[in-house]
Amino acid sequence: MTIETLIWLIPLPPVLAFFLIAVFAFRNRSLSHSLAVGSAVISWAVSMVVFYQAVTTPAFNHHPFVSQINWLPLGQGWFRIGVQVDPLAAVTLFFVAWTILMIFIYSVGYHNYGQPIGEHDRPGLQPHGASVTGADGKVTRVPSVEPMYARFFAFIALFAFGMYALVVTDNLLTLYMAWEIMGLCSYLLIGFWYGKPSARDAAVKAFLTTRVGDMFMLLGLVALYWLTGTLNYRLILSNPGVLEQLSEATSPVLGLSWAGLVGLLIFFGTVGKSAQFPLHVWLPDAMEGPTPVSAMIHAATMVSAGVYLALRFFPLISAGWTPGSALTPTLMVMAAIGAFSALFAASIALAQRDIKRVLAYSTISQLAYMVAALGVGAYVAAAFHLVTHAFFKALLFLGSGSVIHGMEHGVLHTGEHIDPQDMFNMGGLRKKMPVTFWTFLIGGLALSGFPLVTAGFWSKDEILSGALDGGYTVVFVILAFSALLTAFYTARQITLTFLGQPRTGSAEHAHESKPVMTLPLVGLAVFAVAVGWAGIPEDFPILGGLLPNWFEHFVGSMLAGHGEGRLVGHSSLPLIISLIVAPLGLGLGWWVYRAVPAKAADPLQYVLGPVYPLLKNKYYVDELYKWIFIRPAVWLADVFTVQWVDHNVIDGIVDGIGRLGLWLGRVFSRYFDIPVITGTGDMIAFGTRKLGISLKWIQSGRVQQYMILAIAVMVILGGTLYFLLA
Amino acid sequence: MNLISEHLLSFILFVPVLTALMLLFVPSGRLSLLRWGTLIASLIPFGLAVALWVRFDPQQGGFQFEEYLRWYPPLNSAYHLGVDGISLTLVLLTTFLTPLAILASFSITDRVKAYMVLFLLLETGMLGVFLALDLLLFFVFWEVGLVPMYFLINQWGGTNRNYASLKFILYTMGGSLGLLLASQLIGVVAGTYDIPELISIWPSFSSGELIGLPVATVKAIAFWAFVIAFAVKVPVWPFHTWLPDAHTEAPTAGSMILAGVLLKLGAYGFLRLVLPLYPAEARLYGGWLAAFATLAIILGALGAFGQTDFKRLVAYSSINHMGFVVLGVAVAAWATGTIDSIIAVNGAVLQMVTHGLSSAGMFFLVGVIYERTHSRNLNDFGGLYAVLPVYGSILVFTAMASLGLPGLGGFISEVLVVRGAWPVFPLATALSTIGLFFTGAYVLKSLRLALHGPLNERWLGKLSEINPRELVVITPLMVLLLVIGIWPAWLLGLINRAVSMWF
Repeated sequence: MTIETLIWLIPLPPVLAFFLIAVFAFRNRSLSHSLAVGSAVISWAVSMVVFYQAVTTPAFNHHPFVSQINWLPLGQGWFRIGVQVDPLAAVTLFFVAWTILMIFIYSVGYHNYGQPIGEHDRPGLQPHGASVTGADGKVTRVPSVEPMYARFFAFIALFAFGMYALVVTDNLLTLYMAWEIMGLCSYLLIGFWYGKPSARDAAVKAFLTTRVGDMFMLLGLVALYWLTGTLNYRLILSNPGVLEQLSEATSPVLGLSWAGLVGLLIFFGTVGKSAQFPLHVWLPDAMEGPTPVSAMIHAATMVSAGVYLALRFFPLISAGWTPGSALTPTLMVMAAIGAFSALFAASIALAQRDIKRVLAYSTISQLAYMVAALGVGAYVAAAFHLVTHAFFKALLFLGSGSVIHGMEHGVLHTGEHIDPQDMFNMGGLRKKMPVTFWTFLIGGLALSGFPLVTAGFWSKDEILSGALDGGYTVVFVILAFSALLTAFYTARQITLTFLGQPRTGSAEHAHESKPVMTLPLVGLAVFAVAVGWAGIPEDFPILGGLLPNWFEHFVGSMLAGHGEGRLVGHSSLPLIISLIVAPLGLGLGWWVYRAVPAKAADPLQYVLGPVYPLLKNKYYVDELYKWIFIRPAVWLADVFTVQWVDHNVIDGIVDGIGRLGLWLGRVFSRYFDIPVITGTGDMIAFGTRKLGISLKWIQSGRVQQYMILAIAVMVILGGTLYFLLA
Repeated sequence: MNLISEHLLSFILFVPVLTALMLLFVPSGRLSLLRWGTLIASLIPFGLAVALWVRFDPQQGGFQFEEYLRWYPPLNSAYHLGVDGISLTLVLLTTFLTPLAILASFSITDRVKAYMVLFLLLETGMLGVFLALDLLLFFVFWEVGLVPMYFLINQWGGTNRNYASLKFILYTMGGSLGLLLASQLIGVVAGTYDIPELISIWPSFSSGELIGLPVATVKAIAFWAFVIAFAVKVPVWPFHTWLPDAHTEAPTAGSMILAGVLLKLGAYGFLRLVLPLYPAEARLYGGWLAAFATLAIILGALGAFGQTDFKRLVAYSSINHMGFVVLGVAVAAWATGTIDSIIAVNGAVLQMVTHGLSSAGMFFLVGVIYERTHSRNLNDFGGLYAVLPVYGSILVFTAMASLGLPGLGGFISEVLVVRGAWPVFPLATALSTIGLFFTGAYVLKSLRLALHGPLNERWLGKLSEINPRELVVITPLMVLLLVIGIWPAWLLGLINRAVSMWF
């Protein structure tokens, strides 16, 4: 089997698993998870083979693996689709395959496989736990299995298909298709517990918010197709002639070049999918889904897909720009949105109490780093951060799921009515859940960019130096400050959750999750550290050059021949900043939260004063959108379109014409039909009748009278004739 | 067999009428005989249409399987039938949907015989429009289709059926008046009603005077007469308000056919008659067409979003989706002969098929839930997914097809239309994405209110899951939507050949 055939096969096992579960295996739990996990293993294995082949092929960027088939007959030609694995796709495939596999395995435990069925559980609601009578007759509450277990695995299999297809495809149209299928999966999975109104609404919000970005992206897609006659990556993005042409042709919008306009439209797709301001609102609400889904969305698939798109189209987005020259408007927008979102989201994360929501905002913030990096041209750094972030964020989400699971166990045990996701109800879990703690700690350190040992440090350092070396001081300062905040809220999270003393009975009775959940954590933790070694800059003091900067050579080759992303000069200021902010933020966070007593308010509340509610309520963006978008849209639909235009105006005219017809008919009938036609007819009839009535006295039946009458008539007639003839 | 193969089109066209005649001799009480007989007989045209498709040569230009019989010599009107790739596609769609609609009608218990007879007559009317190559014949079948539909709505419809059926028939007939007059004008002036002949004569007919007016003016008026007739049928905004009423009141199978096929008659009229007969006028007024199409897309979607009646919501969605067909037509009107035009019309014809499938499916599913709850109000539902998991999943699938989810039919067609329209009408295209956004909004709204959320306890234990007969109706639709979504080439190839020759 050729490597190209293998690539075609990568996305297929999960989609096959989806259909098999949906049609045949939906009643059988073990069969459905076997199908799903089995398909993930196959895709993972094939991905690893392809990845290995890719990294061992010399000059791989010049000879990527490609294969195409005819798909749509259009006019005289065909629209062709195919697969392509080049350096960017290869590294993406690597982290996608690993994280998806870990999440799939973890999900088996998360959904309580093997546990009894809850007596009050209902499809569409979270399992409430089951009562089990032990051998000694004692009734205990234990977690119950998810009532829609098979459905969950069907959906995440489809999700995995979407992501694999997106990574290996070779053109924007099939990428868009995979992109939308992931949108559907996120909708289905965020609203997995659809019986909860909050989950249901979050699902709709996620789908529609990302669809805003998708509509712009669709326009970019058709514009690009029209401009170049193709959507294939190689024919557009690896073709300097086309890129140059596009960057020089002026589009009718705001004086942007066509490359700039199309790049901007495509970038709006990223803004939606990767939850950048102003389309970030769906991501925190997406926490309503089961935790493996959060990991799926935040690390392995959805949001990574957004950045992947921006990376993929970077040659187009940055067409007309060379390092050192002024940013194009499109890049400027990216840098601005990225930098703003990074700080914006990080500040909101400071004031969240829900363990998953903190992570959600950190995702927005970290993705914003990548967007900002792309905006300032630091292509490799952005790609590197995408990879490291995927590993440590998947780890953190699965870790938080493990914590919640442990807490729910405690809640079932104690019967307390508390929110098992609120970090202020936790504390001291370090001793109860050691594996979760240590792996979560590794993930948290990576997120905050703890120097030297974590992958997050290396990638974040690359972004910071990219920003400063390019001369974008403002971006650099914002990102550096955001890094400080990141470290602070990470320390807050770890301290509140794992350190100190348990603040509730549930935390007291929490216990470690099963190995099926903790082993994936360990696997991801390894990557959260080790991936960083693949991208240590060669000019880094002491450590640089010990390992080759493989990542930069491999992924950086994508831009060979085009504007090279990374500059040669490496100032030591970003490094110093990187070394300082993470430990500083972490230390500060630990110090503030080291001893929060039970039922205490957030210490930050006193420090920040009136700013705290602003952060806690996410700057009231949801409320703002409700007033400026949602309500007007509903009004436009309900009142304007349906009531006014259709009912009052158009149907008013239609019914008016109907009434006019009726009225005309009535007028016609009253003033012509009745008096003239009917009148004449009636006159003849009634006249005859009247005449008959007036003459009927003659018909008396007496012969004598008839005789008299006859004689009288004859006399008169005879007299008349006589007169006339004479 | 020879007889059948030589007159394949006539057989496809008249088997339903023959079946209807035979049904007249079946006693009204024999319900299962009536139902099964109609169903099996309605599979014959489908089988013949498939045979037609197999024997059709897509490489060959012009019309195939032509049949010609002198019909009305003084007027030079003939019984002239024929198919090309576009009409073949729609014949397949019609003959495919009719048996499904008849199967969906098995729950009808009132005057089954009359119902089935009307349904079969309806099928002949629709097929006649797609097959006719004579303007007069075209018009006859155009009107023939109206009458059975009127009675189906009027006799088997909902509470407001009198208003709806009257509105339906008057609206459409009013629209057709101009078509009738303009057809007569063309026939008299050109001396023939033969469509292929007219297409070669009529567009070049430009000098002199007609009925005391300059030819250009007469042709412009005739153009608009045609356009309005077809625009009412599609329906294009602002001629659309009959549709929500007719759909809402029609019986389930009536809605399936109404949305699935009847609306396509209008779009087919644009492609078969308006564009070939009036290329100059179409070029002149193409922008208006695009504007109305865009309004249909946006206001159709907004209208759907503003509904709480499930069936009305789906009805409005047809306006939204058919707007893309008209947008494709507008592109072809404006930019005939370009690749943009070919792509757009490919998309438009494919959209007719995929919308036919998805909207028939949606109406059927609304009917399924209505039969169980006797409610169409979305606010009466809620959380039904928990009690009807199979039905719920099917509804999600079909709704997503209607939303235009990639991998299911509607996506490719909409992308092709948008791609074709972009260089020609960039503003209209950009605005139409607003409609696409609200397509998402109303589809999700219906799912949100019907399936998701807390379970409305009044339905607990009262609803039965979708039954095998209903599954047989919906499964072919779903399979076809999926197949077209993943591998559209088998159908698009057929369409593309014909479109490349025409536009």
